[in-house]
Amino acid sequence: MKITGANLLRTLLERQGIHTLAGLPGGAILPFYDALHGSAVRHILARHEQGAGFIAQGMARVTGRAAACVATSGPGATNLLTALADARLDSVPLVAITGQVPLALIGTDAFQEVDTYGLTLPITKHNFLVRHIDELLEVVPLAFQLAESGRPGPVAIDVPKDVQNATTDVPDDAWPEPGRALPPPLCADAPIDALAQQLAAAQRPVLYLGGGVITAGASDLACALAQRLTAPTVCTLMALGAMPPEHPLYMGMLGMHAAQGTNFLLDEADLVLAIGARFDDRATGKVAEFCPRAAIAHIDIDHAEIGKIKTPFLGLVGDAADILRRLLDRLPAQARPAWRARAAELRAAFPLRPPPPAEDPLHPINLCRFLGATLPPDTIVTTDVGQHQMWVAQAYPFRQPRTLLTSGGLGTMGFGLPAAIGAALAAPGRRVICVSGDGSILMNIQELATLAELDLPVALLVCNNAHLGLVRQQQELFYRERYSASHLGAGPEFAALARAFGVRGHRLDPTRDPLAELAAALAQPGPCVIDIPIQATANVYPMVPPGAANRHMIAAPELQPALAHA
Amino acid sequence: MPDPTATTPPRAPSTREECYVLRNIPAAAATAMSEPICNVLRYKPTTVLELRVRNHPGTMSHITGLFARRAFNLEAIVCVPRAGGAESRMLLLVAEEPRLEQVEKQLAKLYDVLAVRHRDDLGPEFFAGLTLATAG
Ligand SMILES: Cc1ncc(C[n+]2csc(CCOP(=O)(O)OP(=O)(O)O)c2C)c(N)n1
Repeated sequence: MKITGANLLRTLLERQGIHTLAGLPGGAILPFYDALHGSAVRHILARHEQGAGFIAQGMARVTGRAAACVATSGPGATNLLTALADARLDSVPLVAITGQVPLALIGTDAFQEVDTYGLTLPITKHNFLVRHIDELLEVVPLAFQLAESGRPGPVAIDVPKDVQNATTDVPDDAWPEPGRALPPPLCADAPIDALAQQLAAAQRPVLYLGGGVITAGASDLACALAQRLTAPTVCTLMALGAMPPEHPLYMGMLGMHAAQGTNFLLDEADLVLAIGARFDDRATGKVAEFCPRAAIAHIDIDHAEIGKIKTPFLGLVGDAADILRRLLDRLPAQARPAWRARAAELRAAFPLRPPPPAEDPLHPINLCRFLGATLPPDTIVTTDVGQHQMWVAQAYPFRQPRTLLTSGGLGTMGFGLPAAIGAALAAPGRRVICVSGDGSILMNIQELATLAELDLPVALLVCNNAHLGLVRQQQELFYRERYSASHLGAGPEFAALARAFGVRGHRLDPTRDPLAELAAALAQPGPCVIDIPIQATANVYPMVPPGAANRHMIAAPELQPALAHA
Repeated sequence: MPDPTATTPPRAPSTREECYVLRNIPAAAATAMSEPICNVLRYKPTTVLELRVRNHPGTMSHITGLFARRAFNLEAIVCVPRAGGAESRMLLLVAEEPRLEQVEKQLAKLYDVLAVRHRDDLGPEFFAGLTLATAG
């Protein structure tokens, strides 16, 4: 059958199961948009390409399957870059398609020409510049295969306009199979035997779960392993939701904003088993002093992660679910009563200490707890980046995998709203909330127009502290209270702004039963924006100063009056 | 005769003549060597990696970009097409440092890299020989 490059590209996406595609058109991608017209593929018109990238990320993070986004050449492509870099650091499967100037114009500084191949090279898992229409038959399935195989990641495909306009003949039997994840590398038995022996012999084992546990669908197995071994378990930001917070062995997030007891426990451990975690500096603190008494074992699907930061005594490369299953087959139950008691003691000794809810009901910790108690357990929570993100991580009870969508590796302000839109598209019927800050939300505020148009059940909660709060906090703690460019002031009226976009807007009044008003706002159908005034001076505690060892945490001032007066 | 693979420099580089101490380097090549490569070859312990790669216009960028963004040292590189042009072989002169294993793993992850192996039979003098071609 005779087919144009644009129609070929659309058909190949359809064959991949891509029914929804986020993007924004422009000159160099117009043939493809023409091919979308009247097709079964649903195009979500974002209002900025970064929004399109994060909408696709929201879909991918909820489903675990590669999602796609589209942009034109030049500024369209450069606007996508942040979402690609973000997907790379958080291992999110994504396929980004960009238009490019016609082949003959490449290299001539043509209108809206930019070296998309060169720009996407260091921030994608792989990238392609399609030089001939027939290459699409190979490149598109391969892009999906690469995005989803092993450790997932973003793949970029740059398609010159003349390639989209060209025609080729694709015989019925020449259509390629859709690209699918390749089977993961199989871990041999010997290291699993060795790990089982070491775990059985350990006295104070700890499981250190990373986002890879969620990617591998291994959350239940990790919980079973913790239970079997009586191993207290810590999670990275990306692993929140892998273990329900009510679990008696759950120790919460480790690292920079961990509960103190959690970081102290890691100092006492004699064996730490990292699963799908990459020893990020926000988790480890000063690496040389991370888990000083522990031998480290590491399970990861990415060979290069083993030994990248910490040299383990044992590295196991493979699918975490498969390895955990085989490990469980080899391990008898072990009680370790003293270690269990020690973990419980450390957990109880260092709780979060928000002000009493009656005093400050809108303190973000109280707010997160209220939301956790009010919303269904399968609610998807997206965040932006800053203090509000860390409060959500500390206090919202994530009970299921893939219910927290947050920009962990890149820490991208502006992630939350478009990711929430993507999540709502991918998980119809589920509640989605985006917890943002008054700084972050303005970075992709234009996506309120997209949200209004789609009328999705997304509630956007703006923790409004009139500051770039996390910056303000660091300036308070580490820059002698010299507040440089961290004050935002009254800012826009977010409720009015929401209404201007056609979205319901609320502003909570701290003096008039704000939680009841919040519950009422959340109970109404459709999208909404809720402006939540919070204390400008509230800080996220505990905090490990950047570069310090995790045991050197700055506790909330009210927890250490002696130090505060010293 | 100083060992080019010694970990610590025996003394500060002074003159071009010092290049002659390298193994098997034709005198002309040694003379032609620029000061930087001369110093690299003499004072840094190095090793040679061979890559089998897909031959297309972006491959070189993927490989050199990896070295740049991960702050790995890449001292010299040679690339020649093979297998009727579908593949290339690359020889990389890299620093022999603790992170070398990480370099190899990251290289092996690149889609365009089909195989990575050590070429212990080759040393820095192989690249020094090539400086002849860039003399002048
Ligand atoms: C795109 C981007 N620019 C800058 C930063 C640096 N940064 C990290 S947190 C933060 C402040 C965020 O302010 P806000 O969204 O109001 O959240 P808060 O910390 O007040 O909760 C900034 C500027 C970032 N993470 N991302």
